[in-house]
Amino acid sequence: MNKNREPLFHISKRGDMPWYFGWGVRAASILLALLVCGIISSLVTSENPIQIYGTIFDGSFGSVRKFMVLLQNIAMLLCIALALTPAFKMRFWNIGGEGQALAGALAAAACMILMKDLPNIVVIPCMFITSILAGALWGAIPAVFKAKFGTNETLFTLMMNYVAIQLVAYFSVVWENPKGSGSIGVINPLTKIGWFPDPSGIKTAIGDFLANGWIADLPFSQALENLFIKSEWLFDILCSKYTVNIVIVALVTVGMYIYLNYTKHGYEISVVGESERTARYIGIKVDRVILRTMLISGAICGLAGLLLVGGTNHTLNADIVAGRGFTAVMVSWLAKFNPIWMVLTSFLLVFLERGAGEIATDFSLNASYGDILTGIILFFIIGGEFFINYKLSLKKSSKKEEK
Amino acid sequence: MFEAILSFLPRAVSQGIPLLYGSTGEIITQKSGNMNLGIPGVMYVGGICGVIGAFIYEQSLPSPEAMIPFFAVLIPLLFCLLGSLLMGALFCFLTVTLRANQNVTGLAMTTFGVGFGNFFGGSLVKLAGADMPYLALTATSNCFKKTLPLAAILNSWGDSIDEACGKMGVFGDKLGNVIDFIFDAFGEVLLNYSFLVYLAIIIALIASFIINRTRTGLHLRAVGENPATADSAGINVNLYKYVATCLGCMIAGLGGLYYVMDYANGIWANNAFGDRGWLAIALVIFTVWRPNVGVVASFLFGGLYILHMYIPSGMNLAVKELYKMLPYVVTIIVLIISSLRNQRDKQPPQSLGLPYFREDR
Repeated sequence: MNKNREPLFHISKRGDMPWYFGWGVRAASILLALLVCGIISSLVTSENPIQIYGTIFDGSFGSVRKFMVLLQNIAMLLCIALALTPAFKMRFWNIGGEGQALAGALAAAACMILMKDLPNIVVIPCMFITSILAGALWGAIPAVFKAKFGTNETLFTLMMNYVAIQLVAYFSVVWENPKGSGSIGVINPLTKIGWFPDPSGIKTAIGDFLANGWIADLPFSQALENLFIKSEWLFDILCSKYTVNIVIVALVTVGMYIYLNYTKHGYEISVVGESERTARYIGIKVDRVILRTMLISGAICGLAGLLLVGGTNHTLNADIVAGRGFTAVMVSWLAKFNPIWMVLTSFLLVFLERGAGEIATDFSLNASYGDILTGIILFFIIGGEFFINYKLSLKKSSKKEEK
Repeated sequence: MFEAILSFLPRAVSQGIPLLYGSTGEIITQKSGNMNLGIPGVMYVGGICGVIGAFIYEQSLPSPEAMIPFFAVLIPLLFCLLGSLLMGALFCFLTVTLRANQNVTGLAMTTFGVGFGNFFGGSLVKLAGADMPYLALTATSNCFKKTLPLAAILNSWGDSIDEACGKMGVFGDKLGNVIDFIFDAFGEVLLNYSFLVYLAIIIALIASFIINRTRTGLHLRAVGENPATADSAGINVNLYKYVATCLGCMIAGLGGLYYVMDYANGIWANNAFGDRGWLAIALVIFTVWRPNVGVVASFLFGGLYILHMYIPSGMNLAVKELYKMLPYVVTIIVLIISSLRNQRDKQPPQSLGLPYFREDR
């Protein structure tokens, strides 16, 4: 490594590159990573690589259900990544997304359990309010100490994750159902209090209406019904139990994009992120920006926890966020903190995870295989960033530029 | 009461040792300015590589009796060191040479490492053809667990003193009992461990000495505090970062090896290692970057980690979950206090987590 005397390469910063250059390099590193993953997978399974890629693709698009699970997982990952982004833009390394989402999930579950005799119209708004507050609180605690005393936020938020996990474990035992199981089963399975409305009823209703309603007497009813049956998959997508979550996250995505790029707050965040001193100099109250941003960050994480509990899982356990708080860090960073690109990066990661899971079940491998593939692809993308920001020039020739 | 404490202390120590390895490794890494959040992954890789080594060695033998203890220890040890070295080299390549973001790289390494461990662990279980969802390498583990006979010797001394005192009437008998008990307890609590435990303590003390008392340590700290200054003083910043991080990863990897081979009696079960890697990072903060403090602090953390088993909570299982929160809460409190007091020697290295590019100055 002793290259100080006679460096083999000369490394220099690139100037402004056209935007497509960066995305070209990223696409290249993803393709390279997929190639490596394909080779490794075919070595492990002794199957031809094309079959492997087919299986990966199948994991996400094999059926309507798989596709909806893909969308749901993207939505959840994206939601937490969106939450972390304003903090990251401010150079506040919030890796406590896991804990903040868990705090939100805990609050939502608490509402569902404690208010089980009240109607949904009261319970669901309560869940929204408490989850968002709980997440915001969990994010604000490290922020207060960072703003006032400069406490290291990376380590603080990291520790807060485990405090939240144990808190959830504690309440899992307190609210255990059935007694002695040590876990909360599905909450309110009969009354469905606190469950988000399930739009899959709409599809049945339409089908029923076309077959038996007054419309059945009209001359073109048969054609309509055929059309409905043919396009049933479309209704499956539009009216699945995940639809509410996906729509909410889509709204948050757009909202976050606008917030970061077109508001005064967003501007202040990027100034604080670029240089705290500059921010002070131009009269931005840095303490307040840090606290406010972390409140928002935590609140959206709390919302993600709520969506998980109220929208899909209808239960609570310490594993409900499933490491998304950490994966979201990478989603956000890979997209260069741009909410729209984040849709793409979270799609990429979830797609791979689902694909690797499919490989694992198809070839009866261990389920952790997906983590290995995700890791490899991340390493490639992380490494690829270098070639976007820096230029390598060999002393004699520039043949190795691409390496 | 004494019995409970006597059974608690050795268990706290053996819980603390993986944390001690992890935190010593991470302290060395962080002193060079690299924040390696991949330590949990590295510890998994260290553990599984040791298991792979042991598995290969055990399978290559015609019978368990043919096992040579020296090789049974050496081969997993080398595998473990190699595996964690590669992880460290990967982290360095990405963050030092390619200047990638350290938090992101570290988290990716944790994802990868944990997946790697569980994947190969699961595959080996299948290869071994056992019905159980875990892999047992008991023979190798027994070689790792060989203790020095010191505790037994001390025990017999205690017995003979007890006997001698017993001849001196009632008072002598009581005294003899007490002395015997002290000897037993001393042997049990301090001397009844395998070599990896003492190795952890020795490594921590040496690391502490090197960091604080030698020129190399001074250079290392300079790199972590302000790489630009260190660079202009003629210190090879990248070399220091590489060596410190790789060495740190190797030490942390040993923690994984200790956990599988000694603490878990050679039984690899997926995810059994749990969140100890993050606890090791918590320990770094708790000790305010001092490996020698880590020796005691890791035992304290180990104690906190298993305290819930010793708290008489009756039927209330929920409270036990709250006790498991203790190590993290304590770490947060230390983090806050150290930032409140703002003493210069109790702060994180100043350029912790920042990449260094000479031409950026």
